[in-house]
Amino acid sequence: MSLTPADTPQPTAISVRRKIPLSLIVGGLIVGLHLLAGILTILWTPYEPTAMVGGRLAEPSIAHWAGTDRLGRDLFTQILIGARIALEVGSGAVLVGAGIGITLGTLAAFATRTLDDVFAAAFDILIAFPTLLVAMLIVTASQTASLFTAVLAIGIAGSAIIARLTRILVKRVLSMDYIVAARVAGSSWPSIVFVHVLPNIWPTLIVNLALQFGLAAMAESSLSYLGLGAPPPNASWGRLLQEAQGTVYTAPFGAIAPGLALVTLVIGMNLLADGLRAFADPTRRRSR
Amino acid sequence: MSALLTIDRMSIAAGERQLVRNVSFSIAPGERLGLIGESGSGKSLTALALIGLLSDAMMATGSILLADTEVVGARERQLVALRGPVVATIFQEPLTALDPLMRVGRQIGEVVRRRMRHDCVSTSSQQVQARVLELLARVSIPDPERLARAYPHEISGGQRQRVAIAMALAWRPRLLIADEPTTALDVTTQADILKLIGQLVEEENMALLFISHDIPVVAAAVDRVAVLKQGELVEDGSVGEVLQAPNNGYTRSLIEAARTFDRALGRLF
Amino acid sequence: MSFIQVENLSFRYDQTRTIIEDLSLSLEKGRNLGIVGESGSGKTTLLRLLLGLAQPSAGSISIDGQVLDTKNWQFMRDFRRRVQAVFQDPYSSLDPRQAIFDIVAEPLRALKIDVDVAKAVAEAATAVGLPADAAQRYPHEFSGGQRQRIAIARAIVARPDLVLADEVVSALDLSTRILIVDLLKALSTSVTFVVVSHDIALVALLCPDIAIMEKGRIVESGPTEHVLSNPVHPYTRRLLASTPRLP
Repeated sequence: MSLTPADTPQPTAISVRRKIPLSLIVGGLIVGLHLLAGILTILWTPYEPTAMVGGRLAEPSIAHWAGTDRLGRDLFTQILIGARIALEVGSGAVLVGAGIGITLGTLAAFATRTLDDVFAAAFDILIAFPTLLVAMLIVTASQTASLFTAVLAIGIAGSAIIARLTRILVKRVLSMDYIVAARVAGSSWPSIVFVHVLPNIWPTLIVNLALQFGLAAMAESSLSYLGLGAPPPNASWGRLLQEAQGTVYTAPFGAIAPGLALVTLVIGMNLLADGLRAFADPTRRRSR
Repeated sequence: MSALLTIDRMSIAAGERQLVRNVSFSIAPGERLGLIGESGSGKSLTALALIGLLSDAMMATGSILLADTEVVGARERQLVALRGPVVATIFQEPLTALDPLMRVGRQIGEVVRRRMRHDCVSTSSQQVQARVLELLARVSIPDPERLARAYPHEISGGQRQRVAIAMALAWRPRLLIADEPTTALDVTTQADILKLIGQLVEEENMALLFISHDIPVVAAAVDRVAVLKQGELVEDGSVGEVLQAPNNGYTRSLIEAARTFDRALGRLF
Repeated sequence: MSFIQVENLSFRYDQTRTIIEDLSLSLEKGRNLGIVGESGSGKTTLLRLLLGLAQPSAGSISIDGQVLDTKNWQFMRDFRRRVQAVFQDPYSSLDPRQAIFDIVAEPLRALKIDVDVAKAVAEAATAVGLPADAAQRYPHEFSGGQRQRIAIARAIVARPDLVLADEVVSALDLSTRILIVDLLKALSTSVTFVVVSHDIALVALLCPDIAIMEKGRIVESGPTEHVLSNPVHPYTRRLLASTPRLP
């Protein structure tokens, strides 16, 4: 209070234009490009992904933008399909993680003191385990490696972070007077959650979900690299990387190309999350 | 005798926005001035400006002469020399003004030590300790030894404000700025703190700049009042003059509102 | 039979921490009651009990002879319609993401009151003196005083019998304060207020009856004029003597 007295107008209020942050534009463009590529593969690919269409381990050329792999398949085609898989896994995992995380986090925030402590401790313990390790355990336990198990595993592994964040955010909203006012107005708890709590935690949550999306795409590549992701012939970036491993000195582009695709998607998602945060920051909103 | 503080056509701006416009007033040594204003009037900004603590986004222009030192445009070193020995400040919420991780006695001791260094007096820790207890006793804290060992969160709001006052007092400043010092307190505690401030200001012969939105509180604490409205000084006069015959329409409406509340209490028993 | 009857009400967290002890009071329709207390007096807890937001440890609160039973869903629906509240901080009491229309309409929708929602909201907004274009705007576009008007509109939209007002003006500037007091006074013709505050002057302006709380008990109560001119309890005397007056 002392250095920002109540009657000090916030200096940010002066220069406020609702300017779209650069990171949001760049991140949106990068992610958009990946999205476009992913959607495109449903309708059309440059080559048949499993067809041997060129020489083995060909250098990038006009015919094969990213060269070919050991079996002479077009790498660019596979990377495009990889984008689709990464996006599928990313959105699937985020949906699973958000579904579990938001539900558990909200429940924890509403729980009695003791139960809440148990929830909080459980979230912290789960977060202490590396996401990948948890995902590997789940995939191994289910005994089948498929796209579906990968999505489920990554989603569940990431849900603890979302749950912990949700719990804190919900608790903060629940302490506001407008929640008491809503109770006095006769609103039931479920309607308070949907009308007041979720809309107020959404901006912060969405930023973190975007971050989780990037992490999930990376986790999927890691799982595939370890052979625990989508099985062949699904051209996951992780599997492409793993296949290129043996020939990384003779044909480095086989590893560079999918690596580049993965890195740009993760960076794009991070930028997007960053931009969303700056955009959703309430201090940027028009002052009263 | 020349004024202790002279503010001359001071303005404060944040970017293109003028927050305080052409404010002029002065305080003589030992004088008690009340600055009345509602939120957004610039009263707290004025206080921050005269100790050189405006945030970087804001700029003061004009002149603030504090103990013959020009504050506007002064270097940090000059300002540091003013803060404490010349002017000390107490704020609305003492909890944020105190270090939560330091025992109350040590926080006051820190100031005592700095004041003694300022006076080029060598100090022993016994001397400092004795002075701390003396200060706590002066702000009417019943068991100074026990309180000196407490952390800020362990004591009541009224006691915290007393500690903040003791810290200000440790400097033996010539001007005490009190920015809404009783707003966060209960009515009964407020009465005690007001009495304490009045008594100390008189005994130490300090000047007082008392900032508040609460007209009866200001009237009880000072001799002269100035009224700020949206960054402009609209009234300046003795408490009696301003309360009985305000010149400005805004002041009149404020005093009328305060009178409405006051009348409701009736004549006291 | 009083409209609101509080009998031997107690609230404690455990054996050592008693917040409210053996408190009784009654309230008539059409006669505003002021409850005055400082921090730690238990007035906030009393307010929560009166709103059915907390369960008393002992004693009862009844409305028109019916005991307040927070477990009875049917009863609570009716109770919520009849008893509403306005809170201290108009910045935290309005959901920043809801338009003013939805904020004011909340009791009507939550209680499924069978009225023309748009018409009722417009009437409430007019009654509290909100500008006509307020409905589609958001809380951050309004000043503290206007926000408090919005909160009052929400409290009266369902046409309750009783509105509990918790420190409703203490976050506001003096010139705004007096306007809100005038508004509450005007509304007092159609709704009864319980004004909970540390500010005796506010209570004196709005309430013919007063109760002084200290440490979880009512130490003195009665007609405001009478209590202010002849305070009997030492705490009341101290409170009055501490209240700063204009010379």
